[in-house]
Amino acid sequence: MTVIYIVLPLALLVVFAAVLAYVWAARSGQFDDTKTPAIRPLIDDDGTRKPD
Amino acid sequence: MSVADTPRAVSAEGVLCTHCGLPVPAALVAPEPPQFCCSGCQMAYQVLHDAGLERYYDMSERRNLAVAATGRAYDEFDHEAFQQLWVRTRVDGLRETDLYLEGVHCASCVWLVERTPIAVPGVASAELDLSRGIVRLAWDPETATLASAARFLDTLGYRPHPFRGARADALRRKEDREALVMIGVAGAISMNVMLAAVAIYSGWGPGGMEGAFMRYFRWISMVLSVPTMIWPARPFFVGALSSLRTRTFHMDVPIAIALGGAFAHGVVNTFADSGPIYFDGVVTLVFLLLCGRFLQTRAQRAAVDSSELMHSLSPSIARVVENGEVREVPAEALVPGMILEVRHGDALAGDGVVDEGHSEIDKALLTGESVPQAVGPGDPVFAGTINRGATLRVRVERAGEESRVGQILREVERSASRRAPVVRTADKLAGRFVAAVLVLAAITLWRWYAIDPTRAMDNAIALMIATCPCALALATPLAITVAIGRAARRGILVKGGDALESLARPGVMVLDKTGTLTQGRSTLAEWQGPDDARARVLGLERHSSHPLAAGFAAAWPDMTPAESADVRSTIGGGLEGRAGGRDLVIGSPAFVLSRAADPEGLAAAGADRTLTPVLVAEDGVVVGRAAFGDALRSDAAESLAALRARGWKLRLLSGDAPAVVESVGERLGFAPADCRGGASPEDKLAEIEALSGSGTVVMVGDGVNDAAAIARADVGVGVKGGAEACLAAADVFLARSGLAPLVELTTGAARSLGIIRLGITISILYNVLGVALAYLGYINPLVAAIMMPTSSVTVVWIAWRGRTFDEATR
Repeated sequence: MTVIYIVLPLALLVVFAAVLAYVWAARSGQFDDTKTPAIRPLIDDDGTRKPD
Repeated sequence: MSVADTPRAVSAEGVLCTHCGLPVPAALVAPEPPQFCCSGCQMAYQVLHDAGLERYYDMSERRNLAVAATGRAYDEFDHEAFQQLWVRTRVDGLRETDLYLEGVHCASCVWLVERTPIAVPGVASAELDLSRGIVRLAWDPETATLASAARFLDTLGYRPHPFRGARADALRRKEDREALVMIGVAGAISMNVMLAAVAIYSGWGPGGMEGAFMRYFRWISMVLSVPTMIWPARPFFVGALSSLRTRTFHMDVPIAIALGGAFAHGVVNTFADSGPIYFDGVVTLVFLLLCGRFLQTRAQRAAVDSSELMHSLSPSIARVVENGEVREVPAEALVPGMILEVRHGDALAGDGVVDEGHSEIDKALLTGESVPQAVGPGDPVFAGTINRGATLRVRVERAGEESRVGQILREVERSASRRAPVVRTADKLAGRFVAAVLVLAAITLWRWYAIDPTRAMDNAIALMIATCPCALALATPLAITVAIGRAARRGILVKGGDALESLARPGVMVLDKTGTLTQGRSTLAEWQGPDDARARVLGLERHSSHPLAAGFAAAWPDMTPAESADVRSTIGGGLEGRAGGRDLVIGSPAFVLSRAADPEGLAAAGADRTLTPVLVAEDGVVVGRAAFGDALRSDAAESLAALRARGWKLRLLSGDAPAVVESVGERLGFAPADCRGGASPEDKLAEIEALSGSGTVVMVGDGVNDAAAIARADVGVGVKGGAEACLAAADVFLARSGLAPLVELTTGAARSLGIIRLGITISILYNVLGVALAYLGYINPLVAAIMMPTSSVTVVWIAWRGRTFDEATR
């Protein structure tokens, strides 16, 4: 069970990385608008003119 | 009111508009597709076709609203003063601005608006924020103008306005991001400390855990909790300190004492290697409190946003006459003393006095009155009202924030901020709860000190942690969030939890008349006259933009208008011209009787004085009489009866003429004392203020003239079809037409409050049990570990399963 002395800090390191990623995402405005970006990919934009 | 709200004549064959999908009037049906219901839609189709954007018509969800383009040039958007105020130059040389668009609401709008660069060369990008209706445009000043992009958006029916709140918005956006960062950090830490706590609690059971591991987990918990205490929990300590310094008791104080005390004792116990550590409870509490505050701030913000949106809606352009020349300037550049030229269809940019010209002014924005009023030299006119007749020259007396509309908007903002403290109910409850726990802990400490001094401190703090108010902190926000979600699916948009809480108890409900109880437009109520004259009347009225002309068209949809010629209109009078081979005069009795004889005495006919009479004369003889009124909504009587049965006191408050208001009130069962007509926006606000203090005051309305009253009332309700600005000021917006949703709202609110109370009762029961066990010294970490999540799960389940707004709510 002593492996926990190594594994737990490692797991916490992963958590720290995730938190850093989140802080970056929040500060760079990824969560400013949570509605519109979800809609954009629903409409594909393969050329603007419809093939006749 | 846009064209989309006026009744549309339905064609017999059921031909639908290619652009908006609404029925095409019989007179406009083309031999083959495409079909258009109005010129606005045809124009929009043409523009999309030219730009190669026909893919819009393949989308499954499009807005089914007829295009109501203003056809304005938007020249003022390119004016120097406008650019200085609203436009930024980016480092790459492109210009950038934020525009507020009216009427964006679905996926196809996002697609269409963001295709602006394809349709308007020189526009680099267009990014839409759908939930707020704000588009960020970037363009190259060498090849494109902002006005050309604005014209494109206007053609499609998205009326652009400068977004006046941009500066405050950037500031709040930064605050929002910081709050999210704090919540995320506190959440991550609390989850991980909880994991360690699970290990510690299970290590306490039979079999046990080696002392070394136990110590390890306790130290890990402490190390993880330190960042929470010095960063996300900071606002609580700062708030408590400043509250102590100013000697105003604040809910941050008990929270800070509990957090600080539990954490300090946890640290002492960790070093001493004995006794509970409390870190799990402390960090989770910080996380939940931050979540609650964030959600509440957002709800409050909706109210502030509304007044900014209203500023965006007031006219941005004014035509100023200087040295005999007319110049277009932004409304912000207006100063008292300037002479304005106000053309047909323009909104006034400032308050003033008519200097030259005669016309009719639509004051619906201020008074809610649907029939335009005649004005002449010397008459006062107000910003935001619309010129429905000939060109006027107006001398400006007050502009911008000083104008009457500006004052109303300021009142809306003031009311919104004054009401803010009520929103923090959950915080208040948590604070009281923590205070109670502190008292109980003190009693436990004192009692146990007499019995066994070594266990006194441990038992006291065990009590504090066993009563971790997680479930309590969850009960209210969760139940409200679920209820708001269900209500939204039923077409009732509730902006904040406090609105639901207030609506749960019956009080006084003040209803606006025009547009709320009635349909808000002139409909033909009576017609006396030969049938064949109707086609000729329509032929003449086709040339008029007067609201009554639309009323004629709506009343006789299947009639084909007769050929007409030489149509002249007189402001405040009516129309004259030839139609179907006869000379017609249509208009007010005074106007028609001055031009024609009335042998049958039709002018004196008609009993209902609240209706607006219109006479029709053919070849010099009065042959017909029409009367217009504002029809009641079909479900008004039934819904009002249901509200009365639930204990609501109803009052009628309108800007319309007192006689009309009383007649409507009588038909709907209002006592004469409860009806009030001729109320200005300021009167409405005063009335709401006078009523406040006597229980919940609810204001239901649809116009900008109701906005200040709506913002001031405990709960403001905006109804479908109302002015966008008023809907933004309201706490609740009924997206389904009619008054039935209003009944549903009160029922759903009462049920939601019941569920909140049930949740709170259950979590308090759990906590009382915890207190009893701790007080008696029976607290066992295993019991605490089971009790804490069980209480939270119960509360979540109750909030989720509770019936609030559903099909059966009537």
